[in-house]
Amino acid sequence: MTYIDPHIHMVSRTTDDYQRMAQAGCVAITEPAFWAGFDRSSPQGFYDYFRQLTESEPQRAAQYGISHYTWLAINPKEAEDPGFAREAMSLIPEFLDKPNVLGIGEIGLNKNSRNELEIFEAHLDLAADRGQLILVHTPHLEDKLKGTRLIIDAIRNNSALDRNRILIDHVEEHTARLVLDGGFWAGMTLYPETKCTPQRAADIVETYGTERLWINSAGDWGPSDPLAVPKARLEMRRRGHRPETIARITFDNPRSFLGQCPKFVLDGC
Amino acid sequence: MTAPESTCPAPRSKVVELYFLEHRAKLIDIASFLDRVDRAPADGPETDFRIEAFHRALAILSDGRAERARRILEALSDHSTEPIDSAAGLKGAFGASPE
Ligand SMILES: [Zn+2]
Repeated sequence: MTYIDPHIHMVSRTTDDYQRMAQAGCVAITEPAFWAGFDRSSPQGFYDYFRQLTESEPQRAAQYGISHYTWLAINPKEAEDPGFAREAMSLIPEFLDKPNVLGIGEIGLNKNSRNELEIFEAHLDLAADRGQLILVHTPHLEDKLKGTRLIIDAIRNNSALDRNRILIDHVEEHTARLVLDGGFWAGMTLYPETKCTPQRAADIVETYGTERLWINSAGDWGPSDPLAVPKARLEMRRRGHRPETIARITFDNPRSFLGQCPKFVLDGC
Repeated sequence: MTAPESTCPAPRSKVVELYFLEHRAKLIDIASFLDRVDRAPADGPETDFRIEAFHRALAILSDGRAERARRILEALSDHSTEPIDSAAGLKGAFGASPE
């Protein structure tokens, strides 16, 4: 009954959460770089954050037998000042060879603005240049459909990118088809308030199938649930889904996508 | 509209058994919310685009066609296609978009 939570912001969570996740069967997590809840005032703030993601967080996870991987980027919420964003982005390359860095993420759009799009495209170029996997954040609520379309268009305009190496996250019923038909991987994110529930995630699996689809908690400092993935597993079991189907969504699929980066190794699984 | 694939492993009676009471409560929450909006003293324009969008979504709920969740999310989405000029000063999303 092992699982992977492929999107969770553990720097915002307590050590007790690592313990509870380990008890629920979590063997690996991947942590995308994101917004701190306030705007960092200097690129040095990002430097320290990238050190935390690549040096201290893996040690904290290891105490509970959880493998910790990460993604580096400037969040779209911090992309409205492109000069500042590019300065912070210039720090990323020196971290890309760290042993737990899988790629560039989470990048994408927040309010679907021109500056966000410019910085998103700059991250796509960096990922293409350095052969990195990509994890894409899509906007929430009424902005999601438009943002997902703009994101897919920007990726299509970059011929150096392989869609099989890109996961577009936070899909819901109105964007899952766009993402999967576009040849990308798709992530469903479970939030306790306002967005996708474990029940809807199970519905999406039933509607769109189990290919190239995963579930994550996107747990962070806001209302969120670090045990969302095991809750979705329970929901699928309640309905009578086969153990292989549940394992496919919560373990095999993330392992296949993430395993495209040779650094992603799960000992003993 | 194509019919949804029958991929839920639980039979219909079990789906109703598992989820009816929970969604009955959610249905009453919606009714109570709309009553509350009506009861609250007016303090601005006659209509709010979010409530208008909500009513469009409610019509989808009862039209008897498939993929209600997808179609409601689309009804609550911004359908413009060009990026906005600036996100500076914009706070969070509204959950609906003016038609
Ligand atoms: Zn995130």
